[in-house]
This record gives sequence, C-alpha cells and structure tokens, in this order.
Amino acid sequence: MIPLNVNGKTYQVDVEPEVPLLWVIREQLKLTGTKFGCGEGLCGACTVHVDGEPIRSCITPVGDVRGKKIVTIEGIPVRHPVKQAWLAEEVSQCGYCQPGQVMSAVALLKKHPKPTDGDIDSAMSGNICRCGTYPRIRIAIHRAAGAKKKG
Amino acid sequence: MSEIIKLSRRDFLKTGAVLGGGLVLGCYLPFGNSAGAADPATTFAPNAFIRVGSDDTVTLIINKSEMGQGVYTSLPMLIAEELACDWKMIRIEAAPVDPVYNHTVFGLQVTGGSTSVRTEWERLSKAGATAREMLVAAAAKQWKVDPATCRAENGFVLHSGGKKLSYGQLADRTAKLPVPKEVRLKDPARYTIVGKPRHRLDSPAKIDGTAVFGIDAQLPGLLTAMVARPPVFGGKVASFTADKAKKVPGVVDVVQVPSGVAVIATGFWPAKKGRELLEIVWDDGPEGGLATPALRERYASLAQSPGLVARKEGEPAQAVRQAAKQLTAEFETPFLAHAPMEPLNCCVDLKSDRCNIWTGTQFQTVDRNSAAEVAGLKPEQVHLHTTFLGGGFGRRANPASDFVREAVHVAKAAGKPVKVIWTRDDDMKGGYYRPFWYDRISAGLDDTGNLTAWQHTIVGQSIIAGTPFEAAMVKNGIDESSVEGAAEIPYAIPNLQVDLHTTKLLVPVLWWRSVGHSHTAFVVESFIDEAAHAAGKDPFAFRRALLAKHPRNRGVLELAAAKADWGKPLPAGHSRGIAVHESFGSFIAQVAEVSVDKKGTIKVHRVVCAIDCGRIVNPDTIRAQMESGIVFGLSAALHGAITFKNGRVEQDNFDGYPVVRMNESPTIEVHIMPSTEPPGGVGEPGVPPIAPAVANGVFAATGVRLRTLPFNTKTLQDGMGKG
Ligand code: FES
Ligand code: FES
Repeated sequence: MIPLNVNGKTYQVDVEPEVPLLWVIREQLKLTGTKFGCGEGLCGACTVHVDGEPIRSCITPVGDVRGKKIVTIEGIPVRHPVKQAWLAEEVSQCGYCQPGQVMSAVALLKKHPKPTDGDIDSAMSGNICRCGTYPRIRIAIHRAAGAKKKG
Repeated sequence: MSEIIKLSRRDFLKTGAVLGGGLVLGCYLPFGNSAGAADPATTFAPNAFIRVGSDDTVTLIINKSEMGQGVYTSLPMLIAEELACDWKMIRIEAAPVDPVYNHTVFGLQVTGGSTSVRTEWERLSKAGATAREMLVAAAAKQWKVDPATCRAENGFVLHSGGKKLSYGQLADRTAKLPVPKEVRLKDPARYTIVGKPRHRLDSPAKIDGTAVFGIDAQLPGLLTAMVARPPVFGGKVASFTADKAKKVPGVVDVVQVPSGVAVIATGFWPAKKGRELLEIVWDDGPEGGLATPALRERYASLAQSPGLVARKEGEPAQAVRQAAKQLTAEFETPFLAHAPMEPLNCCVDLKSDRCNIWTGTQFQTVDRNSAAEVAGLKPEQVHLHTTFLGGGFGRRANPASDFVREAVHVAKAAGKPVKVIWTRDDDMKGGYYRPFWYDRISAGLDDTGNLTAWQHTIVGQSIIAGTPFEAAMVKNGIDESSVEGAAEIPYAIPNLQVDLHTTKLLVPVLWWRSVGHSHTAFVVESFIDEAAHAAGKDPFAFRRALLAKHPRNRGVLELAAAKADWGKPLPAGHSRGIAVHESFGSFIAQVAEVSVDKKGTIKVHRVVCAIDCGRIVNPDTIRAQMESGIVFGLSAALHGAITFKNGRVEQDNFDGYPVVRMNESPTIEVHIMPSTEPPGGVGEPGVPPIAPAVANGVFAATGVRLRTLPFNTKTLQDGMGKG
C-alpha cells in the first residue's frame, strides 16, 4: 500500500512502487484530466505538481512521491487566474495538452509572478501542443500575470 | 480530401462505401458537466440535430468530430442563429452513427477535408429555422393570434401584445405540430451570432479535466491492451513465446491478432511491461530492405521523365527548350507522422449481440462498419460513441479503420471490455503517413523575364489507391490528391504541364492535414520564387502580375504584403519570404520574417497571414486555425521526417521526431478578408503556405535555396559558407 495525497485527499493505493504516477492517477484514482502523450518526459501532457514543483508524472515512480502533496488539473480551482486567462484568450483547441500546459503555467507564475517572454520560453517549452496554441498560451500567461497583480 | 467535395453524392454511393443504417440512440455526451444532467420530461425534436427540453435546455446533436477545429461551437452558432435560442442553455451531444448524419457530399459520416462549415451551413440553418417556426406556430396557436405578430428571441416566443412563453414551456405543444416543409432563412445581413467572435463551448471542460477523450473512456472491469506490431510494413508474426510476458503481475492474457500480438492486462503498466517481455520472431516480408536513401534515388530517377499527364496547356517541353532562360530544380518532402497529441486508442465492449465502441474518430460510418465486420454483427448492432479527439489531422479518418478493427479483434479474444492503447512509439511507427514526395520542375523565361513555360513532374504514392474511394477519386490513373495544388496552379503561364508517377510501397499512407497541398504548395511557391529571382523581379510583384485572373489569390497576397510592410526595412539580419496558396476553398497568403544564425539555425520571428475564406462563422476560430496550421506546418518545415532503415522506421518519439515548441513559435498575425463568397475551409489551409514562405525568406537572407523538407541546417551552413 502506498499512501498518496492528491488534491488534498489521502488515498492508499495497492500498486508496485515502480508504476509511474501518471497511471496511478488515471487508472486507480480515476482522475483522467492528466494526460498521456509520450511516456518519456518529452511532451508535458502528464504534468502535475509535487510539493509545488511541476513534474512529469509519466516518468515518476509512484513510490517516489509517497506522502508528498500532489496536485492535478482537477485540483486547480476554476477561478484560478491561469484558468480564467485560458478561457478569456480562448487557448484550447483539441484540448489534450491543455491540462499539462495549465499545470506548467501555474507553477511558472508561482516562481515568476511577472514572467518575461524568456521565462515563458524556458518554463513552457517542455509542453508540446500539436494544435499550435503557443501564441495564445503566451498571451494568456501574461494576462494571468496581470490579473494576479491587480487582484 | 479537398477534391472529394467536387464529386456528387452519387459517385460516393457507387463506391459501395455506404452501408447499413442505424438507430438514433445511445447518444454520447462528451462533456463531463452535462453528462450527469437528467433528460427533461418532455422534449421537442423537430429533426436529428435539435432537442428542446421542457427545462429550456437546447441539446444540439453534432455530427462532426471535435478535434480542435471548433465545430462544437461553429456548428451550434449556425443553428442558434436561426433558432434564436439562449446560448447559455445549449448542450452538445456527439451524434451516433446514422445516415441522417452523413456528410452532405461524401455520403457517409466523416469529418475531413475542411468541409464541416461549408457543407453544413444550409442544413443546420434550416434545422434551426424549422424549430423556430414551429415554436412560434405553437405559441401563436396557444394565444390564438397570427404567427406574424410573434417573434422568437433568446429562447422565448414573444407576442407584440406583451405575452411571452419560453421554448421549454412550448416544447410539449410544439412536438405535436407538423414539421413544415419549407422554411424561411434569415437574411445574412441580419445575422447576430454568425460572423461575430464567440467563445468555444468546449473550453471549460478542456481545462478542468472533465472533457472525455477516447483514452479516458471508463467501464466497469475494463482491461487495457497493447499490441506488438511488425517492425516492417507488410511483415507478420512468424512465431512467438509469451511465457515471460504472462508472468508479469497484472497480465491477464496474450493473444495473437491479425495485426500482431496483444498483451491484455489490468492496466497500462503491466500491459507495457508484458509486451516488452514478448519473444517474437517476425517475418519482415518484401519491405525488409526499405531505406530512405535508396527510395530517394528511385524517385529521383523516375522524376527525370514525365508521368501521366494531369494537366497540359500549350507546348511546355518545346517552350522550355526555346526559352531565353531555363531553370530546373528538384524538391523532396518526407514521410510524416500526424503525431496527434493523444496517441491512438479504442475502447470496445463486445457482447454476443451488441458492440459498444468509444473512440475519437473522424470516420464514423467506415469504422462502425469495419467493427461490425470483425465482430460478426450487423452494422446497426454496433454503437460507436465519438469522444473528443486529442488531435486528428487526418490520422483518425482511416479507410482501413486500423485502430478500430484491431481493438475489436482484441476484444473478441479478451471476452471482456478492453481498451487498446497505443504508446507514442506505436503511434509514430504505426504508419499511415503523409507520403514521401519527389518533384522536379523546369521553367522557361523570355528575355524580358516573363514566365513562358512550366513543367512539373510529381513522384509518390497514392493515398486513395486500394481504398473504397479509388473508383470515385482516381481518374485515368491520377489520384487527384497527389496533384492538388500543383495541377490548378493559378499563375498565368502559357505552356504548362503537370504529370504524375504513382509509386507502390507497402508503407501505408494517408491524408495529413492539407493532404496533397502539404507538398505541392512548398514546391510551387518555392519555385515561383526562384523564377522571380531569375527574372530579376520582386517575388511579391512577380506573383501579383501573374495573378490578374485570380482576384482572391491576389487579394490575400496584397493584404499580407501590406500588413507585413513588404519592401520596408527590417532589423539587421532579418528578411521576409512570401507565399500564397488556395486550398479547401480558401485563399491564404503568408509573409514570414526570418533570420539565420551562423550555424544555419532558422528562426521565424513573425508570420503575417491573410485569409479569404468567404462568408465566416466564428472569426476567432479562423484566427485560431490559422495559428494552428502555421505552427503545424512549421514543425514539418523545420523538423519533421519519418525515415526508414532496414525497413524499420527510425523515429519513435518526440526526440527523434521533434515538433515546434514554445521557444520556436513565432508571433502570428491573422487578417481576415471581408467576403460574401461561399464559405471555405479553415482547418487545413493555414498549413501549405508556411514552409515555402520560410524557405523564400531564408533565400532572401542567405542566398541559399532550400528544396528539401525538413530544412537541413547543414545544407544551409555549407551554402552560406560558399556564399
Ligand atoms: S506523457 Fe509525460 S512528458 Fe509526455
Ligand atoms: S490543444 Fe491540441 S495539442 Fe494542444
């Protein structure tokens, strides 16, 4: 049994410690907002937060995050400035990469409340979007940063 | 698929691709937030697309797959414009498979060819208007007044005397009225929804984790399967041992299916681990020696002589020979994987008399019928539930139904509900690529720099050959999709020939976002640029002069040039390239502002895009699709290539098959030309112009002409060294 703390809830999961966190979140906890895109840490679709840091859950063994604070896309409130900016800028297309994009953006803004374009490039280039929503993601992050400042 | 739209529906029926019927039931709600809502007690459903509930909800049943292009918003806008319903009360359901939802031109249920808005505009407008007229008639009858004194607005019918009833209140009574045969449509000048930007209905579900994609399908007791497929196309399993695989905890069974060996397990991880431990001896078949360099040589030698003629004007061969100046060039574009962000998957629950399938597909009728064939059921016993698609780009519209057929085979063997998941490696090595193309063009200029002759030979595989669509779409040996964008070159050239060598390989090929245009625009728009330079003329002015008879091409060319400040100074080291191309009924010009560093790395700073797509529904979707197409096309221009060695694909994930990321994404500006022309497509046409626009910009910056995709940094570095 592995104890997990996800979105403020505690779970005991019966899996091998080597199983990637992604599949435990999706299959055992049925939180399917976190996506599988490459399985090798190359696309960012599986991004979640572990103790506030964005990580690739597809290459993170569940045994490594025992008892740590995990947050998935379902744990970010709809009112969060990043989600609001995503809606306002109409970022999503197919939407498949977007949970990962949002998780990376939320983490970026925690570190850099007023990110430069360079900060955005380095924080967001690990997240692939095949629909090419990058220009809107960039604008939405700047918007969320502005909204944060005002709020 | 752009050319299909020109065919009559009868052509399609003749192909035999249309089979069987179905029932309107088992609708699938792709939105998490509405799936839990109970259906209202009474509903009024005047047609297959609209249900008005007594609780004032308006459920729109959408027959096109939502894969990012915005059809779950643009098609509802068309209905809502006529229906005059309350936008906030709209719910969306994915249509089940039924002939009433067939494509109005193709005659089967499919999303493709950038045709959704173009072909549904009239039908959905009428569907909305019919419902509105009936609601008005019901209210007028109830009030005993002349319907002409009533009007519909925002989910209510209002009487000039001040009476008011909501659509929900009228649903029951309206349901009993006859459906009118003729309805009057709104004058487009009075549109209040269509043509104005509107937020996507699916956006909230896509950032809260509730949007259901195929990979998210859940069923009690669902198993997960992964299939080991032959490493060479056309290969098969010679023998295999599964002893080690079966020992992996969680592996339930290992079975052979026509496409390979399936490991069935309790979840993704045991399935993957089990598959890694399979011991399979493969029979590679005839393509075991396939190698990209040899293929290139074979294609290049074919390109030296003309193939089957797709178009001929004047005497091109003679005109080239007699020209004052001649130029010839050869171009190469690689196999490409679609690499949608969501790898392929398909979930199947097969019972003796019924089969339920959940998957993200663009090709419902074909997939449903294929599944029925494999399951040994009648088509109407198969219920295909279309989920959201995590990208399609053509990969999820496969005449061979590869991922659906296979999943039904696995479900048959499993005897339990099972979801087949493809890993990224599987998806990338799994074929159905954009074909590898080789092109050779010769042109002639007279002594004042006029383009007098053009001879274009294309070499590559046919996408359509061997599919049920061959009879309708391959004419006199020419697959129209192989030459589209080249045969109808708009420039005024008196002597012109476009011809085609169709090659045969076991590498499966498929339409890849913008299909034939994905290579022809690169070739034509690069070579016309070469001709301009050879003539000593400005590439914009040269094109413009040759487009006198094509005002829409010329219009967007001028608009893009003006917005990009064509001809005006740029920061040091930056230069511009331009391209214009028509596809899927839309006209698009792009100007790319680029720079190249000493190592030959290309940076695209800014892209200005002008589009004339006729009458528009949602301008914001058009902008988004242009941005999307540009980034997608840029990935192919800068990075994308599937190559072969010993018959095996050499790429397996986003490291070997890189795509554009945030740090390479340019600033994009989109300008929409106001137009009253019939609507054009927007999902695909943003792709074709970007590669040539960038190549032409690189030439302007460096004097090096890039004729191979993806652009080779080494070629560029060497060329710059020489210059
Ligand atoms: S799925 Fe984890 S990085 Fe791609
Ligand atoms: S929105 Fe489709 S992959 Fe990003």
